Amino acid sequence: MERIIYRELKSTPQVWGLLALLGAFVAAAGAVVLYIEHYGHVVTGMNNQIVWGLPHVFAIFLIVAASGALNVASIGSVFGKVAYKPMARVSALLAIALLVGGLAVLVLDLGRPDRLIVTMTHFNFKSIFTWNILLYTGFMAIVAVYIYTQMQRGLPAYAVKVAGLAAFVWRLILTTGTGSIFGWLVAREAYDSAVMAPLFIVMSFVTGMAIFLLVVMGITTMTGRDFGAQLRTRLARLLAIFIAAVLYFTAVQHLTNMYAAEHWGVETFILRDGGIYTILFWGVQVLIGGLIPMAILFTPKLVKQARMVILASSLVIIGGFAQLYVIVVGGQAYPLDIFPGYEISSSFSDGVINAYTPNILEVILGFGGVALALAIVIIGTKFLRILPNSLSDANVSAKS
Amino acid sequence: MKRLIIATLVLFGLSYGTIQAGSVYLEIPMATGEPHPEGNVFWRTNHMDLLRHDRDLTMRQGERDIDASLASCVTCHAVNGPDAKPVTVKSEDHFCRVCHDYTAIKIDCFQCHNSVPADFGETSLMFNRPDNTLDILLAYLEELSL
Amino acid sequence: MNITGLKPAGGCGGGCSSKKIGNESGAEMHRRDLMKSGAALATVTLAPGVTLMAMGSGVAAAPANPDTRWGLLIDAGKCPSDCSACVTACSDEHGWENNGLDTDPQWIRKVTVRNKTTGWENTMPVMCQHCEDPPCVDVCPTGASFKRADGIVLVDRHTCIGCRYCMMACPFKARSLVHEPVTDQKVATPRGSGTVEGCNMCVHKLDRGDGTTACVEACNATGNNAMIFGDMNDPESDISKALASYPSIELRADLGLNLGVRYQNI
Repeated sequence: MERIIYRELKSTPQVWGLLALLGAFVAAAGAVVLYIEHYGHVVTGMNNQIVWGLPHVFAIFLIVAASGALNVASIGSVFGKVAYKPMARVSALLAIALLVGGLAVLVLDLGRPDRLIVTMTHFNFKSIFTWNILLYTGFMAIVAVYIYTQMQRGLPAYAVKVAGLAAFVWRLILTTGTGSIFGWLVAREAYDSAVMAPLFIVMSFVTGMAIFLLVVMGITTMTGRDFGAQLRTRLARLLAIFIAAVLYFTAVQHLTNMYAAEHWGVETFILRDGGIYTILFWGVQVLIGGLIPMAILFTPKLVKQARMVILASSLVIIGGFAQLYVIVVGGQAYPLDIFPGYEISSSFSDGVINAYTPNILEVILGFGGVALALAIVIIGTKFLRILPNSLSDANVSAKS
Repeated sequence: MKRLIIATLVLFGLSYGTIQAGSVYLEIPMATGEPHPEGNVFWRTNHMDLLRHDRDLTMRQGERDIDASLASCVTCHAVNGPDAKPVTVKSEDHFCRVCHDYTAIKIDCFQCHNSVPADFGETSLMFNRPDNTLDILLAYLEELSL
Repeated sequence: MNITGLKPAGGCGGGCSSKKIGNESGAEMHRRDLMKSGAALATVTLAPGVTLMAMGSGVAAAPANPDTRWGLLIDAGKCPSDCSACVTACSDEHGWENNGLDTDPQWIRKVTVRNKTTGWENTMPVMCQHCEDPPCVDVCPTGASFKRADGIVLVDRHTCIGCRYCMMACPFKARSLVHEPVTDQKVATPRGSGTVEGCNMCVHKLDRGDGTTACVEACNATGNNAMIFGDMNDPESDISKALASYPSIELRADLGLNLGVRYQNI
């Protein structure tokens, strides 16, 4: 077994250049936040019908991916696979970083972001949002402890295992909470389903793993460190299985809804008549983000190629994003059935498909969150001993 | 030496400021009504807590017969601008802003609340009062009782 | 009878005590006696043959009473399709403006319903339904969305952070986000950018003892009388009697929210 040596990233122009670029994105997002806070949400594409728009898609995507990014660490610590252990630190760091990025977008899109402190002083424990606030902050704390137990010398061996287990259980509850934001909305036909919680958990497996692969491949390439082909291929095969799981839960979600006549309207909308949402569902989520990467990763020849893994991971990220867009925005675009059995119309867009076009401000805000997450990863690996000198295949065959 | 220079500068600055402003103290605009029985110092120190306490009573319990109401504050403490109309919080001369600007504390109230007194009809919103009839009646009663 | 119902500028701090008319002796006694004797109807003879009359509402100003459940009964059969008096009245009373943008708030709106199979058409106003178990209150992370003791569902803008989860949760689209900075608000209805708002059942009018809402007043003024406001817990109130005598429905009754707004003749 090869000895693993964790080292900070060297101060190369690439590292600083990348940080500067990410910093520019974050700064742009900051400017957008001030602009929106000054003029109100009227300057965004969101309105009183589509109340959650692109920023929420970004935020939820990052938050969901955050818990998924912890997968690799969990496989190492909780399920005892030695080969994954060298990647546990970066996996945990990525989890925290993505969560911070997602939360930043979420809270900066509040109508009153200046009142964020109120969420820490006034609690309504019947609200899943309140629980999520505690779950998110708790997750960061637990994963931080988890990283500490891995980096601190002289701790007993079980410390890492206990912290890893706590983080693993916590991330499952966390994603259940995120899914329940939608699953517990009784009023809207597109949501209101228990399947939302497990669906979000498998979505987190997929998007988290894809981002993990891209980030680790990116950093190792940039810094000239090794990332063993066997290790990468293992993760990529795991990703393929996760994709299949997402497709399965998506199928269950829609089949269940389609069985109830009262939900035919919303199902026909998403699956057949929804225009952009239908295209995003079948074209991007299912085909580009599901079937194609799954086919690539299940093909033994292709899964071993780094380029193919990059392609498949990128497609998966695009697909996962589209899936959340269809859920968040598509679910609101379909009108509420206030008078079942009647066609309704009013000055408040009753009974019509609600229009929404995200504008550039929302895009900048969203990418600001992504940039913030990546910047945290770069800063973390730059200044802390997170990433091993080499992630070569020397340990892959080692018994657990 | 350094200290001496700083002290001189501070003194000079202070005296210059005094000459400019006429006083080192803030010039707080006069209110129109009778003085607070509790005294101005009490209200300067406690207005935020009193307002917060009573806002929760009003908001949550509908208890509107209370002592601290923002509408009463801006009515009694209205400052008229050049056009002889009360200035809004956008003006530096607004009663609340005089001190809040000085202490650099953001006022959150007027993003939602109106910062100028409402016209006669609206100040009576706390209680039902059909136009002026009741005033006339009460004034008449008062005369009778004298 | 609560004498504060007549106190002219109630709610003042010490600073505006000058507005209180009269000292605490004679005038106060007279007023109290008046209130005792004739409920809210006060008459005074100014001169022989000249009588001054003051009409109060007969309901004392009082905080939210847990024994009360304010409710509205809307008779869609009496609501003409070309009338929107209630909407205009609400907009005037509370100062919100609908200029036809998707971002403009609408506390109350006229909805046209058309039976999918029979083609029967009708219109009626829809606003916050003031649920007994409001989903908006359940989901609000800070507790800003809350239900008062008398059944009115409100947003406490002091603690609203503008997350819009209540708008996602409401089955009736009763809530709007204020998308732009607001100036010159009505004193009784503070509202500001970035917070969520909706029908408050004219809570300021109820607290001062009006016993009705702006929309109902406007509806009655048109002569349509399509809306009845009152205490659904009081069996003697008009609304309770009407609900007991004629069929009525709740919107989305399947959700089991026990609404404070009921409809007839949809």
